[in-house]
Parts: sequence; C-alpha cells; structure tokens
Amino acid sequence: MAINWFKYSAPTTFYGLAGKLIPWFAIPAVILCGISLYIGFAVAPVDAQQGEFYRIIFIHVPASILSMFLYMIMAGYAALGLIFNTRLSSMMASAMAPTGALFAFISLWTGALWGKPMWGAWWVWDARLTSELILLFLYLGFIALHASIDDPRRADRASALLAIVGSVNVPIIYFSVKWWNTLHQGSTIKFSGTSMHIAMQQAMFTMLAACWMYAIVMTLMRVRSIILERERHTKWVTELPEVQQ
Amino acid sequence: MKPRQKKLMYILAGIALVGAAVGLVLYGLKDNVSLYFTPTQVVNKEVPVGRTFRIGGLVEEGSIKRVTDDLAISFKITDTKNSFPVVYKGILPDLFKEGKGVVAQGKIEADGVMHADEVLAKHDENYMPPEAADAMKKAQEAKSAEAASAAQMAK
Repeated sequence: MAINWFKYSAPTTFYGLAGKLIPWFAIPAVILCGISLYIGFAVAPVDAQQGEFYRIIFIHVPASILSMFLYMIMAGYAALGLIFNTRLSSMMASAMAPTGALFAFISLWTGALWGKPMWGAWWVWDARLTSELILLFLYLGFIALHASIDDPRRADRASALLAIVGSVNVPIIYFSVKWWNTLHQGSTIKFSGTSMHIAMQQAMFTMLAACWMYAIVMTLMRVRSIILERERHTKWVTELPEVQQ
Repeated sequence: MKPRQKKLMYILAGIALVGAAVGLVLYGLKDNVSLYFTPTQVVNKEVPVGRTFRIGGLVEEGSIKRVTDDLAISFKITDTKNSFPVVYKGILPDLFKEGKGVVAQGKIEADGVMHADEVLAKHDENYMPPEAADAMKKAQEAKSAEAASAAQMAK
C-alpha cells in the first residue's frame, strides 16, 4: 500500500494525525524519564574527581544536545516554508521555538549550578558558554520577531530568515571547545566513543531519549493550537467536535 | 530555473556567505575568543603588558606552597613545556589539585609573578568511579615501573 505522505503536509489532515501521535510519545517520555532518574541516582557510581556533583550531567547534556538539534530542525522547517511556501512547515518551526528556548535555558542554568561548585564560578565568558547564550537569544529573537508581525505569512518569512542565518551558530557551539581554549571541558560523547562509565552513559542516554519524546509531544501539541488559531475561519475547524462544544 | 529552486539557491548562497563572514571574523579574533593564554605564550611575551589576563594549564606537581599562615598560596601553572608562577589569596575551588587543570586571572607585577584575583578549576571530560580511576593509575604506574626496569636491564 502506497502512503501519500504529502497528504499529511496539509494542516487539515496533520491536525488529526498529531492528536493521535501525542500519547505514543508522551507515555514513553514519562517512563524513560523515570528510568533515567532511577539509574542516575541509584545505580550510577560517584565520579572519581567530582563526587556527587557530576550527576547534573544527566540533564545538562541532554538539554544542550536538544537545544542545538531543535534549532537545526527548526531552521530546516523554516527554510522549507520559505522555499516551498508550505504552511505547515512554518507552523512547525514556530511550534518548536519555545521548546528549544526552554532547553537552551535549562542547559545554561544547570551549567551555572554545576560550574559554581566545580570550577568556582557561575559564569565565565568562554566560547562555549557565550555561543550557547547566543543560541538562547536567537530562539527568543525568533519568537519575538514572529510575534511582532501581524500577518502570519509575512511573519513566517521574516523569522525564517533569522532562523536560517542563526543556524551558523550551532556548529560554533559544538566545535568551540576544540577551536579555542575554554574553561568548559571537551566533548564526552565523541565519534570515537564515550569516555564515561557505562551506568552513567545509560542514565544520560535514557534522559536524552526522554527529552526527545518530550520535545516531540510539546511540538505536536503546540502545532495543533497554531493550526486551530490560523485556520479558525475555515469550515473544517468550525466543524471539529472540540470546537463546537 | 523554477522560482522555488531560485529561492533555494539564494538561501544556500546566503548561508555560505554568512558562514564565511562569521568564520573570518572568528579567525581574526582567535586570540580574543580564547579564554586564557598558555604559559608558553606568557613566556614568549604574547600577552597584554600591564593588563589583567588569564593563564591556563595544569598545576605543576610539587609547586603548591602555602606562603604564610593566612590564605595566600603560590603555585606554578605549566603546559609541560613552560611554567609560570602565580600567587593567590582567597578561596580555592575543590578541584584545585596538583596535576589538574586550572585557570588564573590576574596581572603580572614587577616581581615577575602573576598576582591572581581569581582561580578557577578546569576538569576533564572523563567520568568514572573512583575504583576505575585507581585501577587506571596503578596500571600506569606499573607500566612506567616496567619501562624503568627494562631500561635498567638494557644497561
């Protein structure tokens, strides 16, 4: 059976599909988060150098990875919307921005909480920390620019340009610890392997999976409300049972 | 070319241009983007004269000295090629240890020593339980002892 994928690029059909998909991601998100917290606090050993303090890595690293990946996906959707003039792509980009900003904020916040006891400073202006802060500002700028233009289609185009130009920052964040000397340590997860005890890895990667599921759920929920808001004058929206009530 | 292909080309060209511009700027500002200078750079006088800056490296083994009975401490920062003396008075981070990473911020005074007003610890990206760290240390020591005895045998 051939599936017509383009069918789901229409907001009308995607609205229903997104609603059906949400529980399939929400339930695993909760379960994986629980497993990760259990392994992270009860199974994973203390670290030889940092003792118990290192445990914040189990949320710090997944949040940082998500903040960068979500930005690239958001910029990709924004570019699709700009090139093909597809409405849903731009709506997806707008739906992802707040979750991405949240993860960038969590990354900076947990980083500060970790930095004070280990490094001796909440914040330093090194390349890794500064470029991640710029990422948060790019997310906030994207949201603010989109909100400041009344016509949604024009808002989509203007903010898409910002998202695309800002994507230059993501590789800078990733490679900053390689290119310059920074207070932030190098990458633990490398292509050649992960320099971490196995139980610590399990806790971190389970939390990464949970964060992905959470990000998908939030994006689908938000895109559903964006679809309703933008298509509120259409017949299919007024005929929805949840709208008629 | 279809309009959408044209748009795609514009976007790709735009990203390439912005990327190249940012790359050139960052390359030009290379020394300003880096958080600290290495002891070798300091010894080679590549650092701003009479201004506050940061030195980073490892705390040299056996170089930590408590100067007096107050909080003052002196130590050397090394990058294994060169080392530079630092004095500091204040609270040190827990991870400040001989042979571990450190970044000190301060000014070089007339005595040729950096008087630091901030000392930060830099840790590495490896995470393991204490037993594993001990085992690794022991294996390394055994290896170097073996090498030493092998060298002696050769004599």
